[in-house]
Amino acid sequence: MHIVVCIKQVPDSAQIRVHPVTNTIMRQGVPAIVNPYDLFSLEEALRLKDRFGGRVTVLTMGPPQAEAALRKCVSFGADEAILVTDRAFAGADTLATSYALAAAIRKIGENEAVDLVFCGKQTIDGDTAQVGPGIAKRLELQLLTYVSQVDDLDLAQRAIRVQRRAEGGVQVLQTTLPCLITMLEGTNEMRFASMDNMFRAARAEVRVWNREQAGIEDVARIGLKGSPTVVSKVFAPKAKEQKAEMIETESDQPRDIALTVVGKLFTQHAKLRGGLAKKLA
Amino acid sequence: MAEKFDAIVVGAGPSGNAAAYTLAKSGLKVLQIERGEYPGSKNVQGAILYADALERIIPDFRDDAPLERHIIEQRMWVLDDDSFVGTHYRSDGFNKPPYNRYTIIRAQFDKWFSGKVQQAGALLICETTVTDLLMDGPRVVGVRTDREGGSIYADVVILADGVNSVLARKAGFRPELDPGDVALAVKEIHFMPEEVVESRFNVADGAGVVIEMFGKITQGMMGTGFLYTNKDSITVGVGCMLSDFKAQQCSPYKLLEEMKAHPSIRPLLEGGEMKEYCAHLIPEGGYKAMPQLYGEGWMIVGDSGMFVNAVHREGSNLAMTTGRIAAETVIEVLAAGKACTAGNLSRYRAKLDDSFVMKDLKKYRELPGIFHRNPQFFTDYPELLNRAAHTMLKVDGIDKKTKEREIRRTFTRKRSLFGLMGDAFKLWRAFE
Repeated sequence: MHIVVCIKQVPDSAQIRVHPVTNTIMRQGVPAIVNPYDLFSLEEALRLKDRFGGRVTVLTMGPPQAEAALRKCVSFGADEAILVTDRAFAGADTLATSYALAAAIRKIGENEAVDLVFCGKQTIDGDTAQVGPGIAKRLELQLLTYVSQVDDLDLAQRAIRVQRRAEGGVQVLQTTLPCLITMLEGTNEMRFASMDNMFRAARAEVRVWNREQAGIEDVARIGLKGSPTVVSKVFAPKAKEQKAEMIETESDQPRDIALTVVGKLFTQHAKLRGGLAKKLA
Repeated sequence: MAEKFDAIVVGAGPSGNAAAYTLAKSGLKVLQIERGEYPGSKNVQGAILYADALERIIPDFRDDAPLERHIIEQRMWVLDDDSFVGTHYRSDGFNKPPYNRYTIIRAQFDKWFSGKVQQAGALLICETTVTDLLMDGPRVVGVRTDREGGSIYADVVILADGVNSVLARKAGFRPELDPGDVALAVKEIHFMPEEVVESRFNVADGAGVVIEMFGKITQGMMGTGFLYTNKDSITVGVGCMLSDFKAQQCSPYKLLEEMKAHPSIRPLLEGGEMKEYCAHLIPEGGYKAMPQLYGEGWMIVGDSGMFVNAVHREGSNLAMTTGRIAAETVIEVLAAGKACTAGNLSRYRAKLDDSFVMKDLKKYRELPGIFHRNPQFFTDYPELLNRAAHTMLKVDGIDKKTKEREIRRTFTRKRSLFGLMGDAFKLWRAFE
């Protein structure tokens, strides 16, 4: 079995702030991490590998320094890492990114057929949740999003059964391989890498593919050219100017406190009084 | 099969990086293990980089190291509650390359240094804690980490694991830290435009200023304050002995807040945006608190070995120098085909004794004790000095002779004649 896990190196959004004056994102000194949602998918892929054997390839598209994120994935147990990097990819939105990644997965499949593709549910920097589904569509893979558990995998029958978190319940879905899965967060916990894997990661040779090597010919569909999304404005929502008001009460009895508060509400919002009064009547 | 290296270096601070770099550069098989997410993620320093120590390891470091400002002016302030008496030394000699010292931001600098170590061929493993030393009888033969399959072997293990050195303590190479032997320092970095830094401190073209401070700002505790100019930020901090913080029930952040509010310091920070706050322990016990530095298959370098010259605020240069000298000793021993026994590693100590490291630490060996027992150096004298300056400089119709008598009287009233003489003797002994 061959699993490809797509990951992204992202700035640790917990440490990002918006510049108070210019409204731009301040990235200075913010450490780069593997998108946390991707780790749930990588761990699930590694668990499938533990159970059924096979290989896990991690793939990312990004600048040269994204190599560090791939190396980290190797330390967790991925067998191989591929970095797709080219100046031509700069400025890509989710459409162009999924086009490039799909091409790279196709390329990977030429050597060894890909049975499963895992992606993170979404990234913490873009939050679109569009790249995974975009890849599935382009590669015509069955798409299983928000998966909370892989119940069963039958390699002989090429069948997979998963649990998917849906609104108001859990769906149990069965489909055929190859398919693309995005895991829900919190469904598993990334393992603590073994010393051997730490050594392997430190010494690993990350394969670096440029545009041609990733099998992309149509430059109009990648990078800025292939990205119809336009960010027209970025802003930090302003804090409301209204200040909280402390309401003093004379008695500390719950009943008296409630009456004071309700009375205050009714004096400030006369309409509310009318509506409530009607209802009570 | 567990891997075997020529040397394992525990820690990727200045001493560990200096050791790993020197060893790897000579062609030895080196493993460096760092607890933090990346080198520099857990490291804190003032931070001044003394060029000489690094130059002896990486001669052309100036080409690409992330340096903030080279220092051309040193100010020394003795502070009272709302004033200071000070000296400035500024020299154009310090403004000519190659510069002698720089301010740095450690997170960036350590990343750069570690890059050099890896280029030299050392294998770096991060996010891994060395939990124990592997022993074969009395001999250290490797380390055990917190990871599965975590035993790794080497001819020698260099402990560069910092001020707390849990490893050296666990192995019995070093006693538990005494709160009277360590300082707790806190600092903040305030960002402001480059031009503001330059106009405020009267510098240009990447030059910078450091201000060392002592006196009332430490509220009677043994310690000092500092203010350094970076490219587009200012570092301000204060440190005192841990035992003093404990005895006075004083919070370090409060001490720093009050220091920043001092009328002579506040205007220097005006308008800056505080972006970083860190705290760190500094081993200041000096020569007398120094542990055994080597043994069967092991050596201690940097903070872990108490290599800090608190008087001159030198630490990272001692760390780099001890790391380099430890590595050079190992290289010689292994090149001679010998084993890293305590006897063969004893040259490390001999070389240190012969260097500025031990000579300086030995010179100030009495100082920590003297200052610690005599808080008047941090309270009474700064006050007397400031009051004297105020009396002399205030023009109010009183003749100078009377003023001088008045000043003399305040000194003897506060410390008595014997006290003054005793203090002078103590100072002489401390700096002898």
